[in-house]
Amino acid sequence: MMTTRTLQFKIYRYDPDKDQKPYMQDVAVEVDSTDRKLLDALVKLKAVDDSIAFRRSCREGVCGSDALNINGRNGLACLTDLASFPDDKPIVLRPLPGLPIVRDLIVDMTQFFKQYHSIKPYLVNNDPPPERERLQSPEDREELNGLYECILCACCSTSCPSFWWNPDKFVGPAGLLAAYRFIADTRDQATNERLDNLEDPYRLFRCHTIMNCVDVCPKGLNPTKAIGKIKDMMVKRAI
Amino acid sequence: MNVTVRKFDAVIVGAGGAGLRAAIQLSEAGLKTAVLTKVFPTRSHTVAAQGGVAASLGNSEEDHWHWHMYDTVKGSDWLGDQDAIEFMCRKANECVIELEHYGMPFDRLDNGRIYQRPFGGHMSNFGEKPVRRSCAAADRTGHAMLHAMYQRNVKANTQFFVEWMALDLIRDAEGEVLGVTAMEMETGEIYAFHAKATIFATGGSGRIYYSSTNAFINTGDGVGMAARAGSPLEDMEFWQFHPTGVAGAGVLITEGVRGEGGILRNSQGERFMERYAPNAKDLASRDVVSRAMVTEINEGRGCGPNKDYVLLDITHLPPETIMKRLPGIHEIAVQFAGVDALKEPIPVVPTCHYQMGGIPTNYHGQVVVPGKRTQNEIVPGFYAAGECACASVHGANRLGTNSLLDLLVFGKSAGETAVEELKKTPKAHKELPADAFERTLERLNRLETQKGGANVHETRLAMQRTMQKHAGVFRFNDLLKEGVQKILDVQKDVQQTEIKDKSKVFNTARLEALELDNLIEVAVATMVSAEARKESRGAHVRDDAPDTPERPNGRDDANWLKHTLWYKENNRLEYKSVTLRPLTVETIALKKRAY
Ligand SMILES: Cc1cc2nc3c(=O)[nH]c(=O)nc-3n(C[C@H](O)[C@H](O)[C@H](O)COP(=O)(O)OP(=O)(O)OC[C@H]3O[C@@H](n4cnc5c(N)ncnc54)[C@H](O)[C@@H]3O)c2cc1C
Repeated sequence: MMTTRTLQFKIYRYDPDKDQKPYMQDVAVEVDSTDRKLLDALVKLKAVDDSIAFRRSCREGVCGSDALNINGRNGLACLTDLASFPDDKPIVLRPLPGLPIVRDLIVDMTQFFKQYHSIKPYLVNNDPPPERERLQSPEDREELNGLYECILCACCSTSCPSFWWNPDKFVGPAGLLAAYRFIADTRDQATNERLDNLEDPYRLFRCHTIMNCVDVCPKGLNPTKAIGKIKDMMVKRAI
Repeated sequence: MNVTVRKFDAVIVGAGGAGLRAAIQLSEAGLKTAVLTKVFPTRSHTVAAQGGVAASLGNSEEDHWHWHMYDTVKGSDWLGDQDAIEFMCRKANECVIELEHYGMPFDRLDNGRIYQRPFGGHMSNFGEKPVRRSCAAADRTGHAMLHAMYQRNVKANTQFFVEWMALDLIRDAEGEVLGVTAMEMETGEIYAFHAKATIFATGGSGRIYYSSTNAFINTGDGVGMAARAGSPLEDMEFWQFHPTGVAGAGVLITEGVRGEGGILRNSQGERFMERYAPNAKDLASRDVVSRAMVTEINEGRGCGPNKDYVLLDITHLPPETIMKRLPGIHEIAVQFAGVDALKEPIPVVPTCHYQMGGIPTNYHGQVVVPGKRTQNEIVPGFYAAGECACASVHGANRLGTNSLLDLLVFGKSAGETAVEELKKTPKAHKELPADAFERTLERLNRLETQKGGANVHETRLAMQRTMQKHAGVFRFNDLLKEGVQKILDVQKDVQQTEIKDKSKVFNTARLEALELDNLIEVAVATMVSAEARKESRGAHVRDDAPDTPERPNGRDDANWLKHTLWYKENNRLEYKSVTLRPLTVETIALKKRAY
């Protein structure tokens, strides 16, 4: 016998094609023991009501598509255990905060990616490429751990008050983590330009170490620490 | 419905590994290129690849591209084209080194070189013993690779159309390909991308099966579009079932786990692979391991309350090795199997993973079809690379880590060939035919007006269950015959799917219905091709073609050493010969495949 369970949801709905304004919809969905994650429940919900819109792809926490605000906290639907929800309270689902809403749980990520692109997210090395790989010691490579694994889901940046207030000026935790990923790479030669690029009252220094980013990162990364290291380098460079 | 036409030199459909690699080539050559993708590029399923990419760099021990070539031909059960295989294996080092130069964070050896690990079927000295050939970034190779290539494209200023879904191929009366129609998801508007070169890099179609390691978006769109436009599909009966999908969830556990020393055990705790592949054991080729697992389960030695899975054991490995080399696997086991792999084994079952077949191409990435003069005539303006294409380097069974290599090598060569062709014959855009958008508009119109039709979710489920039952790890003559009938019935439902949501804005119901149109082409091609192939070879093993002294492993070279070509029209099948002659070395001669 399969055990089933009925989950109650409150879901943010808005279709600009037909709705005057957004509203919260109460819906219930029955899940069984094969449904482990919130995404499984959303897929079941969509089978009943095909109009509910959300992004999803890999369903294993590496593509970063299904970031949502779940009971007030950002996270990935595919990594959120259904078992973590109590029975007596509805699960409240909203789109990621602070970004324009396209429809239902889908936000417009343009601003988020603009900031990511602004830090020149690519390796800069102007030496002629050698025939073989550029050498890097295991210790130097270790420095990239905790940085390169970012999946650009935007859970961090959209939980950061500094990013909410200044999404056009503050790079945000995801972008800064990426900036440090290149600074920390022994093969990259643009450290100075990268620091110049962040030398500004907003781009880097709007981080007030509130640490929401660390709290919500579904990959367990620590943007605040990376930001701290960039700040240290700025200081060292100044003296 | 209004269709806005946009002109580009080239349009690439897909921004996974293959599409991004091709895009680098075109953007750096200064061609006006549009890259369309259903998802933001780094969300493409290449991001999920774990174990590594093959190249005979020889960083840890002696290795040679010729040995790699031998392994790939043998892995393919001799169905792979030996010219394309030689090409791929020779290009491997160059392509992997390029990635390193783009900034990919490979793991490193003490001497600073790229870290390499063993993988199934990769051997030294023409099949002697396992060799470390898989270049890896922990167990996140695909993520590291995809991000590095996206970043390189940012540098090259590639123009992306993110969350745009290509709908149909545009071909004129002469068969020349002139671009695609596409939908901008956010607005629901329809566009045509009019191009001199069209490159398909749409990835796999693993969602035709119920249990799959593939992402939701892996719906075979490129393959479906090609089929609807009259292109044949090659070797679609060959699907790889990966031995180690997490039981119940389908999420992949990389073969790299066995490369690092992991062992498969049955309910008696026995390392059963020793019986099936005395030499390579747990690192035998994937089809061999998957069949051994299903045999164990069928004979009652499965684990768990329903005896329906086996165990992947890494508890004997040093915890540091696991946390350093396989951190993502540790995470997946906790998330999707609820076990701490340091202490407990992981429940696994063979799970649909990879499509060996696809849109037929040559090793330059050009799409080819049988014509009046040869069996491989080039379709002007049309290219394909990556999992949606069939070059054919994987033949009847792909070796692990050869797919990331395939998308690098053939993504690059498709890009290079397109650049050369465009430079060689500078010309104006050929005029679009009057009926260029007809197929697309018909499909959209039907969906818009369908009443009393089939539910998309249920129809897709019916397809997935049919494929799982009738064209799985082991195949049976009677089940295949029945499967053909059943899948054709499902196809009728697909032709009348109905959606309730008619909004123009990010209508995911409409997108899923359109994706199902593509999935069903793949499913029908698979079932029909599989039913017809009356031998066992690689991943296609049937009950009525058993292992006998005359036909080792049930393989019938006299009658079936040939590629299947399936055409949508009337489900017609044709066959073409396998290219046995490599580019420079001697043919790797047919022999019985054993590990
Ligand atoms: C879990 C997992 C692990 C794997 N591990 C390995 C490994 O370690 N080594 C290895 O060699 N191989 C591995 N493979 C196989 C390999 O990862 C894939 O075969 C390969 O990444 C496919 O790349 P691709 O570029 O062809 O397609 P994808 O990366 O799937 O990209 C397809 C692209 O096409 C786009 N697209 C599709 N349809 C449309 C459309 N209609 N309109 C617009 N855009 C569209 C998508 O948006 C996406 O950008 C693994 C596969 C899986 C599933």
